[in-house]
Amino acid sequence: MKLTAQEVEYVAHLARLEITPQEKEKFTAQLNDILLYIDKLNELDTKGVEPMSHAIGVTNAFRADKVAASIGTEKTLANAPDGRGEFFRVPKVIE
Amino acid sequence: MELYQSTIHELQDKIKEGKTTATAITKSVLQRIDAVEEKVHSYIRVMKDEALSAAAEADKEIKKGNIKPLSGISIALKDIVCTKGIATTCGSHILHNFVPPYDASVVEKLRAAGAIFVGKTNMDEFAMGSSTETSYFGPTRNPWDLERIPGGSSGGSAAAVAADECVASIGSDTGGSIRQPAALCGIVGMKPTYGRVSRFGLIAFASSLDQIGPFTKDVEDCAIMMNVLAGYDRRESTSVNIDVPDYRQFAGRDIKGWKIGIPKEYFVEGIDPEVKAAIEASIKTMEKCGAQSVEISLPHTQYCLAVYYIIAPAEASSNLARYDGVKYGFRAPASELLDMYKKTRMQGFGAEVKRRIMIGTYALSAGYYDAYYKKASQVRALIKKDFEEAFKKCDVILTPTTPTPAFKIGEKTDNPLQMYLSDIFTISTNLAGIPGISLPCGFTKSGLPVGVQFLAGHFQEGKLIQVASAYERKAQIEKRRPKL
Repeated sequence: MKLTAQEVEYVAHLARLEITPQEKEKFTAQLNDILLYIDKLNELDTKGVEPMSHAIGVTNAFRADKVAASIGTEKTLANAPDGRGEFFRVPKVIE
Repeated sequence: MELYQSTIHELQDKIKEGKTTATAITKSVLQRIDAVEEKVHSYIRVMKDEALSAAAEADKEIKKGNIKPLSGISIALKDIVCTKGIATTCGSHILHNFVPPYDASVVEKLRAAGAIFVGKTNMDEFAMGSSTETSYFGPTRNPWDLERIPGGSSGGSAAAVAADECVASIGSDTGGSIRQPAALCGIVGMKPTYGRVSRFGLIAFASSLDQIGPFTKDVEDCAIMMNVLAGYDRRESTSVNIDVPDYRQFAGRDIKGWKIGIPKEYFVEGIDPEVKAAIEASIKTMEKCGAQSVEISLPHTQYCLAVYYIIAPAEASSNLARYDGVKYGFRAPASELLDMYKKTRMQGFGAEVKRRIMIGTYALSAGYYDAYYKKASQVRALIKKDFEEAFKKCDVILTPTTPTPAFKIGEKTDNPLQMYLSDIFTISTNLAGIPGISLPCGFTKSGLPVGVQFLAGHFQEGKLIQVASAYERKAQIEKRRPKL
């Protein structure tokens, strides 16, 4: 086993996911299966191979730093589960 | 033949000759949706009123002689492209009430070309799946056999075209999500080169792999759609600023003397014998077209799936971090912020999305980056090089699109790895960023469609249209329609 149930719980915390004990058990088994399969990659010697992060050789795409129209506060907040005035409202963050 | 059964080019001819109207086409398609949607469930939302009023507007323009490439044509959009003022859910509970304040670039382009949007189609949640079973809104069924899946993740868009619930549709393809359902539903689907079609307004899954493309009833329609979709967009930093040819001019050209590469690694164990026979027949058809088949090698093929299942979840775990219950979508009640994030994401995401977020988070977490993400990115470079070498020896590559015909609903839902294997022939294309097309090449004895896939070098969509159109003419695959 590459991944223990405790590690699965920690990864879930990093991913900001609450998981049930049943999910923890299921994910531990399934993620181990998947990671075991992925181990296949270690058959290959990749020393000196430049990692590829994009399919096409894209470089930074710059444009002029000019002010343009944006969608505005009202429309931005229209989808918020809890918005008030000009703000998104969330549970208290600061003690 | 009914209007709803027609292709884009047939309807365009009728509109130009004054034999039909946008309203007549739209009504015909909406009636078809009324008749079969309950069985197929292609749509998350049918846009009946919007479609009828857009059609009335289109008819005014047509009367003035202002006929555009898609005037009056009923188009369905995968519910992953943002539509201004129309809910866009990505097949997820977490976005079930999200109403975008803007249109995706492809939506703007299609509308400017005269398209009439008839609805938003069903999909695997956040495009993560190969069967459309992970949708929060329930599965879509394959029009050829309602007990079977239509493929995925763009299963709704594929089923809608196959069931004649629209004339053409839009999908997105991260590891085969256009080509695989196109094959399983017996229609044409193209994944363009990475950067060919703007992703602005496409809800992100794996940004270095995602690409938008069309589903159509024939190859000529695919070319018509690509003429509308392709092109540079200054709002999308990975869109590429090179000329877009007229794809339609490639349809009907011959392919005499072309070399068709047959990768030996794609004909190993695991292929259904009926699929294998249909692909072997396709190779013979290419030879009848005056092309020559040559064996090629893509030596890293067996590693594609492993690379994909690191890179796609890693990018997804980062892209999906934005769904935190603050700015849009679903929020679970909680008294503390951290708890709110965790509960929102727990209740808002389905199992497959959580699984992939977990793999991605793990692969990117401290201490594992080199072993997983970096390693996968290095092997990805080797896969891309395989294709570069292969295209020195051939014009296009021919492969099966999928290893098997459509499988049964529920057959693979408990075994993620088995599900992932259904994309084994389509994933390499996305990793290399090259374009691919799937089109029908026959039926199994039990009447399920089989697809053949052609691949070409970067920005060679014209070649794909040319070879697919030559194949389509020569093979004369029987024009069947699903019985619904």
